Amino acid sequence: MLLLPAALGLLFLLLPLVALLVRTPWGDLGAHLSTPGVLQALRLSLVSAGLATLLCLLLGVPLAWVLARAEVPGTRLLRALVTVPLVLPPVVGGLALLLLLGRRGLVGQHLYAAFGVSLPFTTAAVVLAEAFVAMPFLVIAVEGALRGADRRYEDAAATLGAGRWTTFRRVTLPLVAPGISAGAVLCFARALGEFGATLTFAGNFPGVTRTMPLAVYLTLESDPEAAIVLALLLLLVSVVVLVALRGRWVGGGTP
Amino acid sequence: MNPTPGPLLSPAAGRPEVTADGDLAAYLRLTRGTFRLEVDLQVPAGQVVALLGPNGAGKTTVLHTLAGLLRLRSGRIMLGSRVLDDPAAATHVAPARREVGMVFQDYLLFPHLTVLDNVAFGPRARGARRRVARDEASAWLDRVGLREQAGSLPARLSGGQRQRVALARALATHPRLVLLDEPLAALDAATRLGVRSDLARHLREFGGSALLVTHDPIDAMVVADRIVVLEDGRVVQDGTPAEVARAPRTEYVARLVGLNLHRGRGSGETVTLDAGGVLHVADQVEGAALVAFPPTSVTLHRRRPEGSARNVWAGQVTGLEQHAHTVRVQVAAPRHPPVLADVTPAAVAELDLAAGAAVWVSFKATDTHVYPG
Repeated sequence: MLLLPAALGLLFLLLPLVALLVRTPWGDLGAHLSTPGVLQALRLSLVSAGLATLLCLLLGVPLAWVLARAEVPGTRLLRALVTVPLVLPPVVGGLALLLLLGRRGLVGQHLYAAFGVSLPFTTAAVVLAEAFVAMPFLVIAVEGALRGADRRYEDAAATLGAGRWTTFRRVTLPLVAPGISAGAVLCFARALGEFGATLTFAGNFPGVTRTMPLAVYLTLESDPEAAIVLALLLLLVSVVVLVALRGRWVGGGTP
Repeated sequence: MNPTPGPLLSPAAGRPEVTADGDLAAYLRLTRGTFRLEVDLQVPAGQVVALLGPNGAGKTTVLHTLAGLLRLRSGRIMLGSRVLDDPAAATHVAPARREVGMVFQDYLLFPHLTVLDNVAFGPRARGARRRVARDEASAWLDRVGLREQAGSLPARLSGGQRQRVALARALATHPRLVLLDEPLAALDAATRLGVRSDLARHLREFGGSALLVTHDPIDAMVVADRIVVLEDGRVVQDGTPAEVARAPRTEYVARLVGLNLHRGRGSGETVTLDAGGVLHVADQVEGAALVAFPPTSVTLHRRRPEGSARNVWAGQVTGLEQHAHTVRVQVAAPRHPPVLADVTPAAVAELDLAAGAAVWVSFKATDTHVYPG
């Protein structure tokens, strides 16, 4: 009884990708790919998603550590807050970022007054928008890894004379490294596909804030074939991410 | 105690030498759920003490309090002249700042570090430069005979090798006190023999005090100078291995060392047992007394035996247990204490011993050891 809906579900997930592959103008692929805008968008996407992942690692790993280890009241509330960007529509996230960091924003007006810095509609804004949306993926993955790690190794490090920082750096981090890399890959994938928050907070300027997803959407109106090629490129990157995660979730847990 | 402040009082001044005043004095009080720990323990410098006891007696809890991984509710821990714990004065020295090394039950070698880096971890964490720490670690690996394995990851080592790495890692920080939690429990019988005598040698050579948790009396006898028996969070016996083996103070210890043990009140050359029955002994003892005698001194007969043995009674076999070359027979009788007797398999056949069989028990008063209880 379950096989039919299961098969339908699988088709529902796969057929759109088949359609994409079928409609790809394979003959003109080279020409489309060599359009300056395409490579520009691809480079911008990869760079901004990479920077966003880096930012998420720098902030998200310590945050995950606090969630997993700190014996402070309110950890549950904190965890719920961290996951808000997961369920928040990205457009809302982008708007919220604008209201905080925009030229008249809560913090942004002071940034502008003091340093003349205006974040919206810059590549930095792209990175921030992507990090905002993608960070929960990293935090959740790393927190899970930290909870699963055997804390007695930290006790062992302590009896050997290691302080908290040394223990974290030389014992805890290496032990949860697989969890961190899995989280980083997920985070990167999410950042790469980010659309709504980026468009709202960073706008759509070629070479500055026009990432691949934005390019796909915009090109669809003017040049559908080019849009398909761009989409194919994004699909390719996603497959690479999938391969990077192979064995972690996709392979049923075998490393 | 050394009146002059030892190097331990200024850990930042460098690695302290193990000095003669490095003795441990611990008064441990804590409660975990319904379990209460009340243990007073002293370990003179250079002594190896085995903490022996059944599961759940609180042995590991004692080690964790000494290492600083668990906090005392009350009491005090001193190592040499340095106070490590004193809840009344809100003193608690962090594990990392104690001169206490620990070998954990399943060793907890860092799986991502090579054997050399595992051993160098302590010196590094205590501020040694990488080169110095690695040289130090190499020297330790030489001592425990693992020079060849320096570059391997722990996962590639055998159980006995891991145990030696864990020991080298703990000793490489030059602790005054080293704690070992069941260091031999994870090993199979064959490796255990060799590793046990190596462990005894290394602990003696290292010069500081050592406290070793075990539930195996042979480990305790071979490795330790002194045995402290812990039962239900309390010390029930404290003595040299010979003393403990000869004069056990509890049923648990008697079983471990393989003796019959009965508690009672002495008067002249008889002891009236608390659980019923009277035993004839060779020494005079007055008041609370313990009587111990080996199962090998007990003989079994089909009929009432002739002869000089003064402890004679009729009973019933309640159990038989095959040991290496003997059979251990349990005999019970109303108004007499239950007794274990070791007999040869031939005797089992000859006497037709089986559960329920009627037998006469006899042993000489001179084969018993009676001591104040």
